[in-house]
Amino acid sequence: MDLRKVNDYTWEIPRTGDMKVPAYIYVNSQLLPHLQQDKTLQQARNMACLKGIQRAAYVMPDAHQGYGFPIGGVAAFDLDEGIISPGGVGYDINCGVRLLKTEYHLKDIQPQIKKILNGMFQKIPSGVGKKGALQISGKELEEVCVKGAEWIVENGYGVREDLLRTEEYGRMKGAEPRQLSKRARERGIPQLGTLGAGNHFLEIQKVGEIYDSHVAETYGIHSKDQILVMIHCGSRGLGHQTASDYIRMMENLSKDEQLPDRELINAPVRSTLGDKYYSAMKCAVNYAFANRQLIAHWVRQVFKNIMGHSEGMNQVYGVCHNVAKIEKHEVNGRMKNVCVHRKGATRSFGPGRVEIPEVYRSVGQPVIIPGSMGTASYVLMGTTKAEKISFGSTAHGSGRLMSRKKAKRQFRGEAIKKDLKAQGVELQTASWKGVAEEASGAYKNIEEVVKTSHALGIGKLVARLIPVGVIKG
Amino acid sequence: MRYRFMPHTGDAKFQAFGESLEEAFSNAALALVSLMWDWKKVQKKRKISVKIEGKDLPQLLVNFLEEVLFLFESRSFLLNAVEGMQIKQRDEGNRLTTDLRGDDYSSKYPTFGEVKAVTYHDLKIEKRQHYFIQVVVDV
Repeated sequence: MDLRKVNDYTWEIPRTGDMKVPAYIYVNSQLLPHLQQDKTLQQARNMACLKGIQRAAYVMPDAHQGYGFPIGGVAAFDLDEGIISPGGVGYDINCGVRLLKTEYHLKDIQPQIKKILNGMFQKIPSGVGKKGALQISGKELEEVCVKGAEWIVENGYGVREDLLRTEEYGRMKGAEPRQLSKRARERGIPQLGTLGAGNHFLEIQKVGEIYDSHVAETYGIHSKDQILVMIHCGSRGLGHQTASDYIRMMENLSKDEQLPDRELINAPVRSTLGDKYYSAMKCAVNYAFANRQLIAHWVRQVFKNIMGHSEGMNQVYGVCHNVAKIEKHEVNGRMKNVCVHRKGATRSFGPGRVEIPEVYRSVGQPVIIPGSMGTASYVLMGTTKAEKISFGSTAHGSGRLMSRKKAKRQFRGEAIKKDLKAQGVELQTASWKGVAEEASGAYKNIEEVVKTSHALGIGKLVARLIPVGVIKG
Repeated sequence: MRYRFMPHTGDAKFQAFGESLEEAFSNAALALVSLMWDWKKVQKKRKISVKIEGKDLPQLLVNFLEEVLFLFESRSFLLNAVEGMQIKQRDEGNRLTTDLRGDDYSSKYPTFGEVKAVTYHDLKIEKRQHYFIQVVVDV
């Protein structure tokens, strides 16, 4: 495949064949070889062939091969000519991250870290097949799908301030639960307030470094060794089922279109099925916002029980990593509404965008990028440049490097726990095998990922967070 | 060999084999659940009969494997064996009927990884010397 270097952080796949636009790959020379070893570039090319795609297909610095779109793929489609694709969002709809700050300092909580982890592990179900502690009825599930985190706050779990500091204010408008299948509801009811497994985690972190003290302060991050809590999970079975349901429905409706990958199946944005998917997807988005809201509440409760209080444990921000949204962006010199797909990418809006909470509007939104287990995570700020060159998006994590199978062969969960302990990181888990699969050695170097985002200007460095306690689902 | 796992960066990819299409489908279900629990250790205490439809074989397979996932997540059913499968291929669509045997989820059965969904990516169903299936699942 023809791959041209544009600058140190940008590579172009020029428009050829069925491509409607070029593809831009945002990596440095260290990250590029990883992408060339799997199908990421081919999948970027496939994105660029979809109907109504605008400007270009974009690939974020942490990208790796997915199905349909690569993980780390961003594409926007014209509302009249373009498509919406469940495979462009991913199965874990609104998999995302929430970051809480505390006013505790490492030395305050150090003697209690094990106890806090244990408390969170007891309170927040993690791992496979676990049911949530909050039992809801079918009717309540519908309300969760319509109102998202707002419903959780209304029911006494958390404060309104949390909503103000969440993407979409914790609730995407226009979600209609009747577009969800019975199965999606059945999977959703028992799982609200559960972490799940795989790469999902709960982490107690300390501030390791602050790069931009003004912006960090705006976000509530002010000093080295300040303690924060990061929550990483998604829409659980409800979201997974919804993606599968709509992929099947779109397949059944499609007229034998020759797609290079069946996972690219889609429907016109403006079509009955496109509409229904968008609405069902919003239900899953809201479910995930609610899920993280509930978990955040329990995290505060555990801190309160063990440390005496949870004052100052405000939310920094909550972001989506897998989502489709109608947003205004510049295309051919004019602003227009497009359907942006971010699959394994974080929105990165710069100063002034109306979608950003007022408290952050002058500096740009917080972008939260979780590292892999035991490695640093980062807080970045959104930029105007990102709006120009990636539809306001940047990376979402470190990106896998090694298959889970290989990781399990290479690493042992118990040994990882020991290594982490030596680095000062406590670990609690539902599964040792899961720990081995998520070993940091199985991931790319997150430092290269955020360095690329910063240098390119699609998300600028604000703070580096270092784990001190991890719960792995 | 019933199945084997292949390297895949983000997700899990497996291949399942069988003398018949039914056997290959059955083994694919065991490969799938092996990512979440040790099916060999699950007792045969419950039987669930399922009927699955699909417009073509790949969709039939995806729908079948999705059913196994669904039964675990919302019925707490741990699969141990797939018995008496019959697949009928017709122009108007394909149909699969089978009995799933296993037990209720409980703490005596440790679970590990999580499978989010079954994908069409790189999916293959081929008749070579025997039947050969390849599936990538989102984990």
